[in-house]
Amino acid sequence: MTVYDVIKALDAEEIYIADDGREITSGYAGDFLSHVMGRAPADCAWFTIMNNVNVCAVATLADIALIVLCEGVQPDDNLLAKVKIQGFNVISTKLDIYNAVVAFDRALR
Amino acid sequence: MSESIHLVFNVDGNNFASAGTASEEVKSKLKMIGISSADIRRVAIAMYEGEINMVIHAGGGEAIVDIFLDRIEILLADHGKGIEDIEQAMQPGWSTAPDDIRALGFGAGMGLPNMKKYTDEFRIDSTVGVGTNVYMTIKFN
Repeated sequence: MTVYDVIKALDAEEIYIADDGREITSGYAGDFLSHVMGRAPADCAWFTIMNNVNVCAVATLADIALIVLCEGVQPDDNLLAKVKIQGFNVISTKLDIYNAVVAFDRALR
Repeated sequence: MSESIHLVFNVDGNNFASAGTASEEVKSKLKMIGISSADIRRVAIAMYEGEINMVIHAGGGEAIVDIFLDRIEILLADHGKGIEDIEQAMQPGWSTAPDDIRALGFGAGMGLPNMKKYTDEFRIDSTVGVGTNVYMTIKFN
């Protein structure tokens, strides 16, 4: 599935989309950044409520395809500026992490 | 490519926002010379964890990187307070990071274990009150 498909499945708000055709093969949910780096697979969608600038660095370095901010969380100003510079995909959904992951998993299958 | 590429970065100890700059530059350099994305990912994660550690615990430091045809060697050197018990520091979940750092999403005690996980060679030399040197080698597959 693609970034575009996830946006539709979660009825999500596009915060910044650099490439809506990027392929997504799996997902990871969590807020501790080192857990994300240790366990999130490349090309995944990452579900989190963390919204500071380090989120973009982690996602970029770990080759994550899409950041999904849950519970209606918006990026702080530094994160928004950074994703625009880096050209990264970020969306926001009103769903909490559990329900966002459930909807994502249904679409993935 | 010549025998090796030598890069030196200053890691700013007061700036969380700029942490990762060195890792990002190394990542682009490796991409440019055609290293596989799986290997680049290992390098980027291990180095970023090291950068973050230097910002959290040591007030910054230096990252010295040598890229060879078959591997990358990274030295992260700081003049921070040092690590009292390296074996304990290597335990997943062990962390001395303060609450404000945890609020940013760091301090889960997974930094050093991640660095070891993603590298082929990993060594820490540390002296309390003097500083810490972390040596990492990642072989290109």
